[in-house]
Amino acid sequence: MALLTPLFALALTVALGVALFVLLEIDPAKALRMFFVEPLKTAQGWSELGVKATPLVLIALGLSVCYRANVWNIGAEGQYIFGAIFASGVSLDANEDTSGAYVIAVLLAGIVGGMLWSAIVAFLRDRFHANEILVSLMLVYVAELFLGYLVYGPWKDPDGFNFPQTITFASGAGLPAMIAGYRVHWGAPLALAVVVLAWSFIFHSFAGYRLQVVGMAPAAARYAGFSARKSLWAALSISGGLAGLAGALEIAGPLDQLTPYVPVGYGFAAIIVAFVGRLHPFGVVFSGLLMSLFYIGGELAQSRLGLPKAMSSVFQGILLFTLLACDTFVNHKLRLIRSAPQRGVTRALEAKGAAQ
Amino acid sequence: VNELGALIAATLNAGTVLALASLGLLINERAGVVNLGAEGIMLISAVTGFATAVRTDSAWTAFAAGALAGAIMSLMFAWLVIWLHANQYAAGLAMSLFGAGVSAFIGVPYTQQKLSLAPVTGIPLLRELPFFGPALFRQHALVYLTVALAFSLSWSLQRSRTGLVLRALGESPESAHALGYPVQRLRLLAVVVGGALCGVAGAYLATIYTPLWVEGMVAGKGFIALALTTFATWRPLRVLLGAYLFGGVTMLQFHLQGLGVQIASQWLSMLPYLVTIFVLVLISQKPGFIRVNMPASLGKVFVPGS
Repeated sequence: MALLTPLFALALTVALGVALFVLLEIDPAKALRMFFVEPLKTAQGWSELGVKATPLVLIALGLSVCYRANVWNIGAEGQYIFGAIFASGVSLDANEDTSGAYVIAVLLAGIVGGMLWSAIVAFLRDRFHANEILVSLMLVYVAELFLGYLVYGPWKDPDGFNFPQTITFASGAGLPAMIAGYRVHWGAPLALAVVVLAWSFIFHSFAGYRLQVVGMAPAAARYAGFSARKSLWAALSISGGLAGLAGALEIAGPLDQLTPYVPVGYGFAAIIVAFVGRLHPFGVVFSGLLMSLFYIGGELAQSRLGLPKAMSSVFQGILLFTLLACDTFVNHKLRLIRSAPQRGVTRALEAKGAAQ
Repeated sequence: VNELGALIAATLNAGTVLALASLGLLINERAGVVNLGAEGIMLISAVTGFATAVRTDSAWTAFAAGALAGAIMSLMFAWLVIWLHANQYAAGLAMSLFGAGVSAFIGVPYTQQKLSLAPVTGIPLLRELPFFGPALFRQHALVYLTVALAFSLSWSLQRSRTGLVLRALGESPESAHALGYPVQRLRLLAVVVGGALCGVAGAYLATIYTPLWVEGMVAGKGFIALALTTFATWRPLRVLLGAYLFGGVTMLQFHLQGLGVQIASQWLSMLPYLVTIFVLVLISQKPGFIRVNMPASLGKVFVPGS
């Protein structure tokens, strides 16, 4: 039954989308084609699908583990930014003679960057009981500003006509092309490998089991001797590390330089991906692909129909809304009950109270 | 001295945005509902308020439009969490993401527009006072109304029947239900009233405080307002004080730059977020302290008769 909800939610989102297009006096058939058909008609489209789904899936996998442990990290965007910053820091040192293996250092740096940024959240929650939702979120804004500081300040390309961007990194620091002429990169198969890893961690490892017991039944976990502190650190390290990896892949793959436009909201969209994917690694793959379809559709609708690009975030928001609403109807039975007798009792009590 | 007066004035102005939103969230939380969607509500009402101000040239109509937008948004949220028992965190986040998208969508034609509102004059006579005039009495009327709202909310929470019922909804909805109060409907009312206040805050932000519409302009103020209710241990007057404190921190960055402090602007812009984390850490150190003050049923689903 749990599998049905995302499908219901998607159907409802499409229905609401049609209503929205009619309201905006746009041919809904044409608009829907931009979102669900046009991106899949060309090889280039499929490649873009992979480019956008890679960070979404990676971040959402981490968040799925985190939310299963009942740790509410909603600052993945910040961890993604720090992954990109650390990866760029390492990439800056690469030159034309750097060997292709250097990219491994770049990706590892990204993981470390994301983990460090989420470790602040873990430390403040562990040591001072500070709410992780607010801390992780505030750190997103701090990370964005720090990124701005770097690209407008010390890391600015001296020959970049004063644009806020770093130099274009040497090819040794970047991922080699997977298929010549297409933007899809080795991050996509890597993400799929992480999907399998995450699946075996969640469902087939004792560590993953402990994490989820702590999340679902803290009292039982205490009784069994599972450490809530370890689970907190593990959950935040995993999600921070994966978000950092996503940021590093973005730098080493399609971007090759650091700019203020590196964060595009993948960290927030991945929250939706995780929920729509039911916090299940395989589900996350499908919801990640769906979500990246929304992104590409939004871009196509912008260039061909003149719709604002924000259309895709509107749809993403609606999808999460409908998912939450559908969950209730799928998990509960709808029953019509007469409330009259109950009201009568209340009235009688009230009358009694008034009499006294 | 003039510099100090200007800083106080700017603090009042910035603090009002936070205070309004935070008082709204306080009403929500006293009724037992955490609304992580404040950010999205403020964004949507900011753009609604701005669009209304463009058409009507009236700040008050803009506030009303913002309040209405906030009320409608929080009605959706309330339906999800009160009747459909959705997780309050997830539903709130959905609101914030949805609000960010929708506001950017609606706001496209307004990004380059300017407003032609009547200039803010302040309180006649008092505004002519030396130092105190420019520091305190040249604000929009809503600034003073916000102060009044905080005081009356503080009084009514402690002294009035409405306040008592509101507290019962958050502390012990079972008791309120047993007394015959329609808990769900009253919670809905509290959420909508709180959302409307967040809406006014958003509209004030886009029409008086900035006066501009920029995508994502709320920039975390909704979440800071949420943190403020915790800092203030759910007491309206402390919320007011905290809001001015944070308003001051926000404004300090501009004044430090004005004084010629040599530091990259980004570091100063980080201040409000870092201070939020710092205060959160300070206040959370003793877990018992927050637990004692927090509404006992905060964030919990209530199903009547279960």
